[in-house]
Amino acid sequence: MSGWYAVAPLIVAVAAAAATTLAHAAPRTQRALSLGGAFALLLAAVALMDAVWRGGMIVVQSSNWAAPFGITLAVDTFGAVMTLIAAITGAACLTFAIPEIEERHRRAWFHPLSHVLLLGVCGAFITGDLFNLYVWFEVMLIASFGLMTIGGTKAQTDGAVKYVSLNLVATLLFLLAVGLLYGMTGTLNYADLARTIPTVGNTGVLTAAAMLLMAAFGMKAAVFPLFFWLPAAYHTPLVSVSAVFAGLLTKVGVYALIRAFTLLFTHDVGWTHQILLWVSGLTMITGVLGAAAQSEMRRILSWHIISQIGYMVMGLALYTPLAIVGSVFYLVHHIVVKANLFLIAGVAARLAGSMELKKIGGLYRAAPLLGVLFFIPAFSLAGFPPLSGFWAKLILVRAALEDREWWIAAAALVTGLLTIYSMTKIWGEAFWKPHPRGDGAAAPLAAAPAAMLAPIVALAACTIAIGLFAQPFWIVAERAAAELLDPAAYAAAVLGRLP
Amino acid sequence: MEAPLALLIGLLTGVATWLMLSRNLIRLLLGFAVLGNAVNLLIFTAGRLTRDVPPIVPAGAQAIEGAFANPLPQALVLTAIVIGFGLLAFALVLAWQAYVRLGTIRTDEMREAEPPEEAKP
Repeated sequence: MSGWYAVAPLIVAVAAAAATTLAHAAPRTQRALSLGGAFALLLAAVALMDAVWRGGMIVVQSSNWAAPFGITLAVDTFGAVMTLIAAITGAACLTFAIPEIEERHRRAWFHPLSHVLLLGVCGAFITGDLFNLYVWFEVMLIASFGLMTIGGTKAQTDGAVKYVSLNLVATLLFLLAVGLLYGMTGTLNYADLARTIPTVGNTGVLTAAAMLLMAAFGMKAAVFPLFFWLPAAYHTPLVSVSAVFAGLLTKVGVYALIRAFTLLFTHDVGWTHQILLWVSGLTMITGVLGAAAQSEMRRILSWHIISQIGYMVMGLALYTPLAIVGSVFYLVHHIVVKANLFLIAGVAARLAGSMELKKIGGLYRAAPLLGVLFFIPAFSLAGFPPLSGFWAKLILVRAALEDREWWIAAAALVTGLLTIYSMTKIWGEAFWKPHPRGDGAAAPLAAAPAAMLAPIVALAACTIAIGLFAQPFWIVAERAAAELLDPAAYAAAVLGRLP
Repeated sequence: MEAPLALLIGLLTGVATWLMLSRNLIRLLLGFAVLGNAVNLLIFTAGRLTRDVPPIVPAGAQAIEGAFANPLPQALVLTAIVIGFGLLAFALVLAWQAYVRLGTIRTDEMREAEPPEEAKP
């Protein structure tokens, strides 16, 4: 019976995508269905989180095919948390989209594509099978291609070319690793892989497959040498689209990395996780330095996505219980904050006229409340107490110090400092300095539609809640981490009592 | 039978890598198509090639006796082919759009999203 909780988010997302497709000729109905679908997904995700929290991991064998033979859906605490946070982001960004998208964007299938994207994201968090993960990745990818090009400006086409080509390569690397793993183990079920991989004699080939997966997921997550598609593309689409992308897409890559390198490939931690540690440090530093060189709001924020990915990978790379808690906590905090910053940048550009920092200003005088709303996620991103980012960074740095990895702790702290530089740059340029076209050039906050401000306020409230009441979130993250570090329990829950 | 296929997969991967190193978008996409086929062949080969009976349980029996051909890689490859076809179709349309809107298919000349002459602070 509890299996329905795991399937419900997928059913809701499919239904929303289908309903918005059918209602394509009726704009008002389509909009209502789209919003309704987003909030129904949120409800389904809350129900799933609740069910997993009370009853433990939920496992569904589709069509009742026993575990290694059919497609398994398996949701542990980590998967449920990610599904919930994806649904929150989806609902916030779709609400924001209502006043943002124009008729021509709607006609380019914005609503159905958004729901297919959410379907792919939730599917990736819910599945318990590597090949099934590949399929969900593709569902997500093809929808994101469509969303990326809505609007059809030159910059978008250019960004999409880079985004599409690098993601296609990542996809094939993923598939290559899947083929090799199947050849070695004869299975692609996570739980069965976790049981079979330690028995594979040829650890060299196994590590090769692990590295291919690391490259593929790393490309999706935009880690150090593989991130170039992200700053080329993320500042070009519609604001609501780029907010969903910024919040969710790279994090699906991080999720897959965490899943693969806690559940599957723990046979040679000294090699794989050491590489991840270097990658995470370099990701943080290059990301934050890249951001310092930019002068357009969304491009600054895009580079910061990269530097923040470094923190999440750092927790995985340290591979201690505390560090994994930090990674999970960071993921949750980061998705909320980053999506919100993109939405705020969208409102700021709407009020002041541009995303280019040189062309805008005077927002604090015109819309002081927006300044406050910006302040919350921006300084949470930089790690100011008592906002959510402070706790996330505190856990990770402490885990690094306990593990005596001094340089990565130093890198994390320096990155935090440089993040403040970028955030104060946006603050000083967009909010503090006068508008280059004189005093009345920036519109007051009342000029922004309420449907744009509501999700910003809601996400900012989440950030404050995570910061002030960190304890419950810490408990959830701790349980998620404990489950991640116990692959045997995962395998037992999926496979039952097999010998 | 696995060895010649493995060599073929290696050859296709090499060709694809060479094509994908090109700055010409069409060559890049051709490389993607070739690499896709190499990967599909790899999955097919990884399931072990056996010339045995089809995996169908005879009437009245509980299981197949003896060896049988592995059906799973074929199902995986079929899925991968369909997905790869869809992605390639999208990528080709995008390349056409890029040619129409940006007037070039050379990736190093596409600088709309990241203009080169921007002033650094």
